[in-house]
Amino acid sequence: MPLVRPRTASRLAVGLALSPALLVVVVVYVGCTAWTMWISLTASRMLPNSTFVGLRQYASLAGNERWQVSVVNLAMFGALFMIASLLLGFLLAVLIDQRVRAENLLRSIFLYPFSMSFIVTGLVWQWLLNPSLGIEKMVRDLGFDAFRFDWIVRQDTVIYTLVFAAVWHASGLVMAIMLAGLRGIDPEIWKAARIDGLPPWRVYLSIVIPMLGASFATASVLLATSVVRLYDLAVAMTNGGPGLASEVPAKFVMDHLFERGNLGLATAAATSMLITVAAVVAPWLYWQARQRERSVPA
Amino acid sequence: MTASATIEPNGAPPRGVTPARIGIYAFLVVTALFFLTPLYVMIVTSLKTMGEIRLSAILALPRAPTFEPWIVAWSSACTGLRCNGISVGFVNSVKILVPSVIVSIAVGSLTGYALSFWKPRGAGLLFGTLMVVAFVPYQIFIYPLVRVLAFVGINNSIPGIVLIHTIFGLPTMTLLFRNYFAGLPPELFKAARVDGAGFFRIFWSVMLPMATPMLVVAVILQVTGVWNDFILGLVFAGRENLPMTVQLNNIVNSTQGERAYNVDMAATILTALVPLVVYFASGRWFVRGIAAGAVKG
Amino acid sequence: MNKRCDVSIRGAEISYGTVKILEKFDLEVAQSEFVVLLGPSGCGKSTLLNAIAGLVDLRDGQIWIGGTNVTWEEPKDRGIAMVFQSYALYPRMTVRGNMSFGLKVAGMPAAEIIRRVDNAAAMLKITELLDRRPAELSGGQRQRVAIGRALVRDAGVYLFDEPLSNLDAQLRAELRVEIKRLHQRLQATMIYVTHDQIEALTLADRIAVMKDRVIQQLGTPSDIYRRPANRFVASFVGSPAMNFLPGTFAVRDGAAHFAAAGISIPLDGYGFDARPQPGAAIELGIRPEHIEVGGDVPVAVEMVEPMGSDQLAWLRLSGHALSMRLSAEAHIIAGEKLQLRLPADKLNLFDAATGRRL
Repeated sequence: MPLVRPRTASRLAVGLALSPALLVVVVVYVGCTAWTMWISLTASRMLPNSTFVGLRQYASLAGNERWQVSVVNLAMFGALFMIASLLLGFLLAVLIDQRVRAENLLRSIFLYPFSMSFIVTGLVWQWLLNPSLGIEKMVRDLGFDAFRFDWIVRQDTVIYTLVFAAVWHASGLVMAIMLAGLRGIDPEIWKAARIDGLPPWRVYLSIVIPMLGASFATASVLLATSVVRLYDLAVAMTNGGPGLASEVPAKFVMDHLFERGNLGLATAAATSMLITVAAVVAPWLYWQARQRERSVPA
Repeated sequence: MTASATIEPNGAPPRGVTPARIGIYAFLVVTALFFLTPLYVMIVTSLKTMGEIRLSAILALPRAPTFEPWIVAWSSACTGLRCNGISVGFVNSVKILVPSVIVSIAVGSLTGYALSFWKPRGAGLLFGTLMVVAFVPYQIFIYPLVRVLAFVGINNSIPGIVLIHTIFGLPTMTLLFRNYFAGLPPELFKAARVDGAGFFRIFWSVMLPMATPMLVVAVILQVTGVWNDFILGLVFAGRENLPMTVQLNNIVNSTQGERAYNVDMAATILTALVPLVVYFASGRWFVRGIAAGAVKG
Repeated sequence: MNKRCDVSIRGAEISYGTVKILEKFDLEVAQSEFVVLLGPSGCGKSTLLNAIAGLVDLRDGQIWIGGTNVTWEEPKDRGIAMVFQSYALYPRMTVRGNMSFGLKVAGMPAAEIIRRVDNAAAMLKITELLDRRPAELSGGQRQRVAIGRALVRDAGVYLFDEPLSNLDAQLRAELRVEIKRLHQRLQATMIYVTHDQIEALTLADRIAVMKDRVIQQLGTPSDIYRRPANRFVASFVGSPAMNFLPGTFAVRDGAAHFAAAGISIPLDGYGFDARPQPGAAIELGIRPEHIEVGGDVPVAVEMVEPMGSDQLAWLRLSGHALSMRLSAEAHIIAGEKLQLRLPADKLNLFDAATGRRL
């Protein structure tokens, strides 16, 4: 890449072109984050209040039942969702890569949910899982009187319904990423494995999966960020209910910013979310940067 | 080989349909059906009458299909206080979508171009920061942004929401274009400079025309992302301009009394229509968009 | 080599969909022989090698290895080992892992695996690299590891698919010698695919020159070089390439002559495979090193290329370009006029229409 030394006119032009980005980074990203963090250290309720109270908001956050439930719900959702999506997406990619017919059609079918919004996703699954009119009723009408599928209205199972809907939405994305990774594997490696007499499952386990580290990492990071952002789906599908059983941190923040009018608590919650994301993403970005430095040219 | 009963191997070995092959197809077909079920149910439910919905199974085909729920959803469903149907939301979404896509792609492509060829001081830092922030959840920014937009006077307005979409679309758009431009031969750029072209001239006349594939991908990503957005539209667009997703949620989840599931599903399809059409029309480009940069749903 | 490892391809036909890649193809490779399949890309040589390995199915015909019909056998049961152009090493395993993985999966006892790996590593001088990953190795080292992975299989037949194409010229020369040494030591049957005629000439016991999916000539390097069976083989093998002159076959006073562009070259002493009709259009081929100074063919020297060990002079004979090899000491300058002699016993005559040797 050329390191072009721009002259003054060009330098001005570059500066002009980059000013929106600079503005965004400084004002929005840095400025707003700092502002939010500041509010979380004050006694603000409905209106901002500049009384500094240290970490009191965080303390009351930690003791807030709704927040605690939100965090636990998100952790459960996140773990199940990521594992299921990665597994299903990987499996679908491997199967499609087996030179099956109608590959394009299958890919389109698995990926189309990703083009739909979370609201649409949540509403459609809410309808499907409707106990009195949805799947439960249908199976009962077929004669299985004792069939129960009212997970969406029970506190102990509602989080699983969210996982269902989210896996349906995201598996296609994981599949696309994995498929791209699989297709990037040198076909001569497959030939060599065949000559070595390795059965296909062994090739996938010992050779292919280790080679797909980058794809798994990319998919995981994308999934993880959408876990923390979980809001639309919870609002559309169950609105946090029944009770608090599907409350999530993002919803906690939104509710306390607007309806419940507690800025201090809301911003403390938002900052906590930020710290969690940073803890996950920063090592990955660092590892990526190191990888780029370390690779030996062939 | 002398035994007359054995066959001498010749040509291709006999390969039957192995159980493994059957298993693969079985799994794929079953999973495909699972993936298609919600779409099927959406369509089928929207064509039934409420009476039929109460009586028949959710997966059953409509016995007397009717478009009545669609008409109701479009023009008379109640979104909060008004009952003008979701067509209001559709219009709003379009009003938000077109400027947002144009502005965010314009700014993103320019920024990506500046960062790729011109490499000013601090370019790496700026780019890195943009990338990092792309992962941060919106909640951190919402309250301050509301205050800032209100101060400037564009809160609860179309220009406001367009600005918001541009801001939050900047990392992805910049990534897309910067990586694309970085993959073009640098000689192109050098030749243009030798020809005497300046910063904006090179961008407009040389680079942008060459970036057509990325423009297509960017349009697909932004149309999908902006149309499907819920939280930003809810906070920043203002009650007069609520996008279709917000209206949809209002129609379905805030109805008092008995819910008209067929109208709900009709409204859902109408909301999902634009991104679905874009998806099926774009074919390979959608996947290319995923490969080119992080896609945020 | 203490096991039978000759290879016989009988009537092979390979198709890809409706496209015929090979048709009624026969080739016999003797025990411990080194055969090179030489030809330009698209001539079918790689497809044939993959079919011998069992990676590609035949549409018709049989493949026999070591006296056994292996046409329906999986690659691992054919007694073969293969080395690929892009090395095909498993990137996440160490060199030792790469070399031992196949044996481990086959259930071989650990002690035997270690013995084989260490042996092969010693033979290829890669013992210090055993704990490194492929990404940390150079191209030449990677190719040695790929050969090592083939060695530990203790196969009777080794298949090489353009193994040196990704290496630079110097490494190619080094590894060429290694492979030849390996062959002398192991006495295994080796089938080697390449488009590089130098590799073919140096390594092969016999060369099969292929073009358009057909063997153009099968013979020893010496045969191929000195008596090419057709114009294609003549132009493909040998560097700098053979010179060609179009002309006609003439008989004067009972003596055969090659007539062209105002010159006449006597042909007594030339061994004819088939005698052409007088007046037939033929082509004369002669290698740059066989042209001698001191005859009655007039040429003008256009340019001289010094090549270190000798010189290559570019000449013009009535509008046709010729190249001639001279010793580095010979005194020759551009613009000179020379008289050349083209000795009949070093000539190659080809039918102008079919290209077959006359």
